[in-house]
Amino acid sequence: MTTDPVISAKNLSLTFQTNDGPVHALQDINLDINKGDFVSFIGPSGCGKTTFLRVMADLEKPTAGDITVNGVSAEEARMARAYGYVFQHAGLYPWRTIGGNIRLPLEIMGVSKAEQDAAVNEVLDLVHLDGFEKKFPWQLSGGMQQRASIARALAFHADILLMDEPFGALDEIVRDHLNEQLLELWARTNKTIGFVTHSIPEAVYLSTKIVVMSPRPGRIADVIESTLPKERPLDIRDSEEFIKIAHRVRDGLRAGHEDDV
Amino acid sequence: MRGLWFRIGPIITVVIAIFVLWYAGSVALNSAWAHDKAKRAGVELSTSELIADTMNQKKPKLPPPHQVGAEIWKTTGDMVLRGKAFSKRSLIYHSWITLSSTLLGFVLGTALGIALAVGIVYNRTMDMSIMPWVIASQTIPILAIAPMIIVVLNAIGISGLLPKAVISMYLSFFPVVVGMVKGLRSPDHMQLDQMKTWNASGNQEFWKLRLPSSMPYLFTSLKVAMAASLVGAIVGELPTGAVAGLGARLLGGSYYGQTIQIWSALLTAAALAAALVGIIGVIQKHVLKRMGMAQ
Repeated sequence: MTTDPVISAKNLSLTFQTNDGPVHALQDINLDINKGDFVSFIGPSGCGKTTFLRVMADLEKPTAGDITVNGVSAEEARMARAYGYVFQHAGLYPWRTIGGNIRLPLEIMGVSKAEQDAAVNEVLDLVHLDGFEKKFPWQLSGGMQQRASIARALAFHADILLMDEPFGALDEIVRDHLNEQLLELWARTNKTIGFVTHSIPEAVYLSTKIVVMSPRPGRIADVIESTLPKERPLDIRDSEEFIKIAHRVRDGLRAGHEDDV
Repeated sequence: MRGLWFRIGPIITVVIAIFVLWYAGSVALNSAWAHDKAKRAGVELSTSELIADTMNQKKPKLPPPHQVGAEIWKTTGDMVLRGKAFSKRSLIYHSWITLSSTLLGFVLGTALGIALAVGIVYNRTMDMSIMPWVIASQTIPILAIAPMIIVVLNAIGISGLLPKAVISMYLSFFPVVVGMVKGLRSPDHMQLDQMKTWNASGNQEFWKLRLPSSMPYLFTSLKVAMAASLVGAIVGELPTGAVAGLGARLLGGSYYGQTIQIWSALLTAAALAAALVGIIGVIQKHVLKRMGMAQ
């Protein structure tokens, strides 16, 4: 069965006009993301990986080319609340409890009180924060706050989850733990995930597809389809397969850097 | 015990220093009149007699604290004991007159300030056009514009509480505008982007994000606004012919050289301001703590 891609970018370019002249954040990006894919975007800073994610979310407008999300324009998809977006910082409102924070998008979308309650319970369970509904953000650790923020992005049952370096500010151990949980969550919900990172092991561990990007102008250097099985214990990172893919990612990153090293 | 002294020790030290300076000032400033009297009576004053005289003059240049204290007691507590708390000679009555227009002006000023801030934050034209006027309004001396407001409002048949409250409002809306513009703009890019990903309406963004985020700024502004409002109410009482209110007591006192009356009205006004600002401070502490925003 062939289905249309969930996200499809064609000849996508985005140029920022700055005082120092135009900055080519994205140039001629072509990429299809299929339903259920876990796609990581990796590259040095300035390669446009976050910008690309923001274009998918309609937080930036491309200056040339097309992007469709769920078969419609990125703007229509945003209006239809097609995706949940997780930022690098949890950004929970300090005046709301964890439950209140998760309810926030639901209130905005006009979901009934009963459905809100059900959704809060469901997503707290997904991120293993059962029992924390009545706690305030400051009572939670950084890792738990980020899990709450993922729960908030899941609360309204969007099929797409866009994550912009969600674990970038967390330490290695918490990060490993959250990576494991994210895979489990992905397996349970079958969401399509776009994930920006600058960690090679994180990208290889999580993804079904790794998009290696290079800067100035921001473009795709390599797209790697992962051959790792869907079931991935943490120690898969010591396997030969894993190391082979990580190598290819590193090569892709190096190739993109050739001109300025 | 040590903890308590650490908290109130510095305050007591400052209060004692103020009293010492005040008494010294009274002796220095009032001794000229004591010398004058002694010279006319043809007597020589010893130092202790001189000091005793400066402490108990009828119209001293600088009344010493105990005289002011006695006057305040005579016009407040004593009148309460005699069941005349709201007689026209009572400071409680005059304080109430000033307080009522202070509070009305404060409420009006806060409402106007928030309304203008919302306009400035949401409307680019208002941002460009209103802000310079808001700032210009505060460069006009309030003493110059207060009589005009009274006269103009009187001409259209409005007198009594409202004209004074308008002057209070004129002073108190300013800090609220400035604080709330900053407060409503305090959410960062990420928070605003987040609202956009949920396709939130402008209304929802305001009530759920901008307004709660602005609370710390609002309370800081309200404290300044309350103090300004009290000043406005007192200034507003000066050109009305000084019928009632703390401003009237100040003006009446200065007509007849009743320095003790002036100082007691001044101190009462200061105490009133401290109490009002203190109340806002307590509310601020509780609200921000509940909101997880306490500094």
